Amino acid sequence: MNDSTEVSRTAAGPEAVNLEAAAAAPPGSGPSAAPTAPILALDAVSVSFGAVRALRSVSLALAPGSVHALAGENGAGKSTLVKVLAGVLRPDSGRVLVDGEPTVFHGPADARGAGIAVIYQEPTVFPHLSIAENIYMGRQPRTSFGRIDRAKVRRWTADLFARLGVALDPDQPARGLSIADQQMVEIAKALSFDARVLIMDEPTAALTPAEVDRLFSVARALKAQGAAILFISHRLDEIFDLCDTVTTLRDGGWIATEPVAGLGADDLVRRMVGRDLDSLYPKQDAQIGEVALDVRRLTREGVFTDVSFQVRRGEIVALAGLVGAGRTEVARAVFGIDRRDAGSVQVDGRTLRPGSPSAAMSAGLALVPEDRRAQGLVMMHSIERNSTLTGVRGLTRGGLVSRAAERGRAADWAARLELKYGRLSDAVATLSGGNQQKVVLGKWLSTAPKVLIVDEPTRGIDVGTKAQVHRLLSQLAADGVAVLMISSDLPEVLGMADRILVMHEGRLAAELPREGATEEAVLAAATGARSASEPAAGQGGAGVAQ
Amino acid sequence: MSSTSATPRTSRTLAAAEGTASAPVADTAPRRLVALIGRARQAAILVVLVLLLLATELDNHRFLSSQGIKDLLLDAAILMLVAVGQAVVVITRNVDLSVGSVLGISAFAAADLLAGGANPAWAVAAAILLGAGFGLVNGLLVSFGQVPALVVTLGMLYVVRGLDSIWVGPREITSQSLPAGYTDFGHGGLGPIPYLALIAAAATVAVGYYLARYRSGREFYAIGSNAQAARLAGIGLRKRVVAAYIFAGALAGLAGALYVARFAYVDATTGGGYELTVISAVVVGGVAMTGGVGSVYGAALGALLLTSINSVLPALNVSSVWEEAIDGFLLLVAIAVDRIVAGRVTSALRERSPHHG
Repeated sequence: MNDSTEVSRTAAGPEAVNLEAAAAAPPGSGPSAAPTAPILALDAVSVSFGAVRALRSVSLALAPGSVHALAGENGAGKSTLVKVLAGVLRPDSGRVLVDGEPTVFHGPADARGAGIAVIYQEPTVFPHLSIAENIYMGRQPRTSFGRIDRAKVRRWTADLFARLGVALDPDQPARGLSIADQQMVEIAKALSFDARVLIMDEPTAALTPAEVDRLFSVARALKAQGAAILFISHRLDEIFDLCDTVTTLRDGGWIATEPVAGLGADDLVRRMVGRDLDSLYPKQDAQIGEVALDVRRLTREGVFTDVSFQVRRGEIVALAGLVGAGRTEVARAVFGIDRRDAGSVQVDGRTLRPGSPSAAMSAGLALVPEDRRAQGLVMMHSIERNSTLTGVRGLTRGGLVSRAAERGRAADWAARLELKYGRLSDAVATLSGGNQQKVVLGKWLSTAPKVLIVDEPTRGIDVGTKAQVHRLLSQLAADGVAVLMISSDLPEVLGMADRILVMHEGRLAAELPREGATEEAVLAAATGARSASEPAAGQGGAGVAQ
Repeated sequence: MSSTSATPRTSRTLAAAEGTASAPVADTAPRRLVALIGRARQAAILVVLVLLLLATELDNHRFLSSQGIKDLLLDAAILMLVAVGQAVVVITRNVDLSVGSVLGISAFAAADLLAGGANPAWAVAAAILLGAGFGLVNGLLVSFGQVPALVVTLGMLYVVRGLDSIWVGPREITSQSLPAGYTDFGHGGLGPIPYLALIAAAATVAVGYYLARYRSGREFYAIGSNAQAARLAGIGLRKRVVAAYIFAGALAGLAGALYVARFAYVDATTGGGYELTVISAVVVGGVAMTGGVGSVYGAALGALLLTSINSVLPALNVSSVWEEAIDGFLLLVAIAVDRIVAGRVTSALRERSPHHG
């Protein structure tokens, strides 16, 4: 290992006086954890994507020898903040300070040069290159004439893995690694920097408890050596376990920065959510009718296994789980886009032919995909053309699409969806994200589906439009449509769904009724934790909807 | 190519390929498997090549004479050079369709200078510089213009060919106007090995070593393997992509100058359609069009194999009408084999992943 001790900046300098009286000696922390001047800080940073303000004047200071948690719901701006710190995004306004000096990062290389290492939420590996090369790309140790010292690359990687307690072969190519192993490669890469600042954006989502323990012990060792760590996790217990300070973001704005000691989980959740759930997620009571979608023992090898559930008319069923749990894949297989190896899908008692989206559509199934740019919309086409793409059949006269009928139907839907647009003939690419999502919804709703599957319906859209989308889904359910909603947005899941199905590693891990479902229960099932304090949770899991 | 796993324990490696090895053996077997398959690809081409040549020799005893070998290597040398340059571009997940046109115009530039009495060294250098210049334009358009490489270089194919036609017109330069020493060099060699083949081999080894052993060399692979990850790793994508194109252009320019030495004839059509032969050689040699995979050694072997097939057919009295069909068939087989092997390797590796699913 390229000894981290060489670079360790001992925080126990003369200036290490207690500046934060409130920190009142976090349990288990020695004198080295005393706060000093921040290594890395943000000062009133704002970032916008079009009309969406992802960060609004957020300030943050990372002190040496301390682990700082960043809490907030999905869409609160955590990942945007990470990208600013990593030099991937330039803030629209505000400053980035390194050692108190205003600094501009022109790219990830600059941030790295300042001693900042980032573990991204989604691993970014080079599939064709060896694990060792993945870790040391661009920084390989060299021998004479600038040649790469391959033996050293391999040895250093093996040392990193030994430190992390991972059994991976440095010379194995990265392709074929599971998400968890890819994440361990990312962690090893970040450690290999001897970074002064380590940023971890949900590093534990795919890891086993033993791996999380190893990661935490490494993080504590780095902290003891004086590194500043920023830690993001949806698992609150991890924040309480590892972190000294927590900053909460909500809807892109700063809410609070406070010591973790003395803070309760309830306090933290309240800061993260900060509003009345029921008013924001208006699921109307609807008449729950007969079974509309019946999925039995659906299996696709290596992706998901033995997934069975039912959705009834008028019901909104949420499919929750971590990224990579297989939710989107289940939806695609149900709709017939992806092949399935076993199992059956019935809509209104009729069995669907596998692998045929057109059969699914004519049976009354509609799928609003997650990535609307890639899958749901033809970006360069007009709003009217897009919104009638699925329903062209009803608009034809003598085999040709009637422009007048097309425009009429599009205008109808635009009004119902409260679409904000210039002209119906404008390209969809000119609309904001939220309005694009409404066009996608309109496109499918115009087929009058019996079953609607929506995948992350409100990801990346602003709060106001979000509420409109929720109202729309609720209205559809009240009209007797069976809705299956895939969402990573926990408040949305809890607020909208009549029932919550939780997937973990390709299997249904739990089924939770609306009443009694809590963030903790959903998270416990999604992360595979078998929490004893959740008797109501994980129970329905085994025989979900038989 | 010279790693520590030079003596693979075949039994275990095969077991891994079938996915039957027990999980606790989290040792070096996957590495061996992958290294073996990487080399197996080149070994397979060599075996096919040797079988092809031996079979032809059995049928026609003059085929592998000293002159026969020399002719074969002479034919292969120019293709090898261009294929090596193309391989570097393809490894970054791009393509250069303009190499045939660049070869043609560089060849005429070199011949024109030689016919005017210029120093041969200067003529070769001018051809290389001209090629590098077109490569620079290609690289800038691809990396800054955000236009797909296929479109940019297709445009350059026609632009350069057009410039060539305007400049050359109906002229042609033949051996009468070229210095005899230059064309002698084109046919000369050490024993049965022509100088041109030595130049091609030296270029291949140099480029191969650079790509394998230098930080900047590895970055070409990184960019082709996952451009987003390369960006996050702080790699200057544009710089590398431009470099790859300059490189391919310069080698096409050098190949143009050597073309003059070899054939002692240039006109406005020289090098037409060559780009497709080059890409076939690269793909047959195991460099994937999807980037990040393969080596210039493979590309050079691919060039040798394609050239051999084209020499073997007349020696076997097979009509040359079969030539293109056989080249095409070989290309499809190579791609099919790559797909199947890649799938097998990935699932074999997945089997051994500690997390497994």
